[in-house]
Amino acid sequence: MNFLPPDFTPAYSEIFILVMVCVVMLVDLAAGEARRYITYLLTQATLLGCAFLTFVSFSAETTFTFSGMFVDDAMADILKIMVYATVSAVLIYSYTYVRERGILTGEFFCLILFATLGMMVMISASHFLTLYIGLELLSLSLYALVALRRDSIVATEAAMKFFVLGALASGFLLYGMSMVYGATGSLHIANVSEAIKDGVGNHEVLVIGLVFIVAGLSFKLSAAPFHMWAPDVYEGAPTAITLFIGSAPKLAAFAFVMRLLVEGLGEMVTDWQGMLIILAVMSMAVGNIAAIAQTNIKRMLAYSTISHMGFLILGFISADWNGYSSALFYVITYVLMTLGIFAMVMMLSRSGFEAENISDFKGLSKRNPWYAFITLLLMFSLAGIPPMVGFYAKLAVLQAVVNAGFIWLAVAAVIFSLIGAFYYLRIVKFMYFDAPEKEEPITVNSDVKVLISVNGIAVLILGIFPQSLMGLSLYAIQNSM
Amino acid sequence: MNFQDIIFYFFSAVLIASALGVITVRNPVYSALLLVLAFVTCAGLWLLLEAEFLAITLVLVYVGAVMVLFLFVVMMLDINLDKLREGFWKWFPLGGVVALVMVVEIAMIMFGNHFSLEEMPAPEPKAADYSNTKELGRVLYTEYVYAFELAAVLLLVAMVAAIALTLRQREDKKSLDIAKQVSVKKEDRLRIVSMPADKKNS
Repeated sequence: MNFLPPDFTPAYSEIFILVMVCVVMLVDLAAGEARRYITYLLTQATLLGCAFLTFVSFSAETTFTFSGMFVDDAMADILKIMVYATVSAVLIYSYTYVRERGILTGEFFCLILFATLGMMVMISASHFLTLYIGLELLSLSLYALVALRRDSIVATEAAMKFFVLGALASGFLLYGMSMVYGATGSLHIANVSEAIKDGVGNHEVLVIGLVFIVAGLSFKLSAAPFHMWAPDVYEGAPTAITLFIGSAPKLAAFAFVMRLLVEGLGEMVTDWQGMLIILAVMSMAVGNIAAIAQTNIKRMLAYSTISHMGFLILGFISADWNGYSSALFYVITYVLMTLGIFAMVMMLSRSGFEAENISDFKGLSKRNPWYAFITLLLMFSLAGIPPMVGFYAKLAVLQAVVNAGFIWLAVAAVIFSLIGAFYYLRIVKFMYFDAPEKEEPITVNSDVKVLISVNGIAVLILGIFPQSLMGLSLYAIQNSM
Repeated sequence: MNFQDIIFYFFSAVLIASALGVITVRNPVYSALLLVLAFVTCAGLWLLLEAEFLAITLVLVYVGAVMVLFLFVVMMLDINLDKLREGFWKWFPLGGVVALVMVVEIAMIMFGNHFSLEEMPAPEPKAADYSNTKELGRVLYTEYVYAFELAAVLLLVAMVAAIALTLRQREDKKSLDIAKQVSVKKEDRLRIVSMPADKKNS
């Protein structure tokens, strides 16, 4: 009956960010419209502080706290630091864009920090309940962020679609979780895994739960055939928010799949393998083929996301360390590329003008050769052309798939990414071989200039020397399972 | 069939009938009221499972607060039902087939032996002095404190989001600032213009 207070040390970064959200909210109230840069700097400082706290507590050991609801392992720490870096980059990229569109409010920063907290909770959840609450924390913040530009009809419509479909997906997920709970009698991920291993619980009940869980997960991952919301939301949301939705949450989604399918239901691998194969093939097919027909760059990138999620799922299919670590490698490189390309879309926009069409890239090499070159690097990487990091990520995933004996799947993946190369290379053609439609020079702040350059070069450097990132991914997976 | 079984079947029948009513009646107010009935009967079923705290919370929170609010909203909104139902029959065949397939699939699992009484036996009845509420109170702030706090954060997000999405500082709003009104001075409102007392006839 006696209760010992939980050990708070592993959760310091979560506690810190929660306290800081409240501070940011109050400081913003005092700072007001004219001095909103204070809120911005404070938000960046919060992320830096979190990174420091996570970095200091970094260890290869796995620690549980809060009655086993919270886990702190190598994968959690690495993913969290990636999330901080991504969110920080998102804020740097989008500051000017957001200010020009009148949504640079205190709530913008608060909601982004709340979403970050949600991602952190998901990443270090070891209980179905915390997994779900983390997901809801992230999703609710995202719905509100999409609708933040409330005078825009497309943004409101996108938020509505996102909200309704997201709620439906959460329902699926909860229903599946309740089935698993009914069969195993526990919500602790470790206990669920243990119970399934011991043969407790009816297998059919577990499978019906699994079907709902996979359906819910693929909604959140925007994998086909549950991808319908992605293009509309990407198109309708302000580009800064699209950048946020497309980047950091993918890291959390990776952790979500790892915790739920691999750690919790890992014993049922033969059951979920088949489902994931269908999802992967459909996502790659739908994503790559539908992207060709798009003229809106944000829609095109949404379909590109769907196809990349198909590739990410391929990593899970092999169900071994190699596969998981290549999936982790894939998701990190994907986030890096997404950050760069959406930042580029934002840089082409100005106040009163949204760069939304693929034709806005026309003649970029004449307007600004350096940005055109960075876009070229990013596009090559997204298409998977060596020596970019995107090529190496695809290669690692395909190797894992081949090792697991699914050669036909690897062949299909290669064919679909060949189809996909068309629409990435079309943008390169527009940039270098077409005459520009506009002549204005592209002016951006110097911090964005530096960051986009680093981002573009990183895609190239990591492609030539992928060992360090690959080693980090392998380390994270090996020490967490 | 003992008394408990009779209660169970009675509540179940009412629950299913009212749930069907929620989605079939034309008038949204009736629909909301039937949902209230569904919640109340559901609470009755939970009482049978000895989850008395949850049952009472369901009635208090959902029926007492959420559904009443819901009814107000439904009554205040001018919902055009014909527009909502537009295209229903056009999509009915496709939707019907999908729904039928899902129902058959789920029924095949449900009516197998996987959910039979042998597989899922009724829980042992608790002792008479066992208090559900006390047990919940004991774990809520101890074992589940992390999830509890996070749920509180979720509510904070909802608050921030609601304010961010709806609060408007309108420029043409006609509200009064009492402090400003009281502290107003003569110079602020009154302009004394010196004019000649009479005009010369030109």
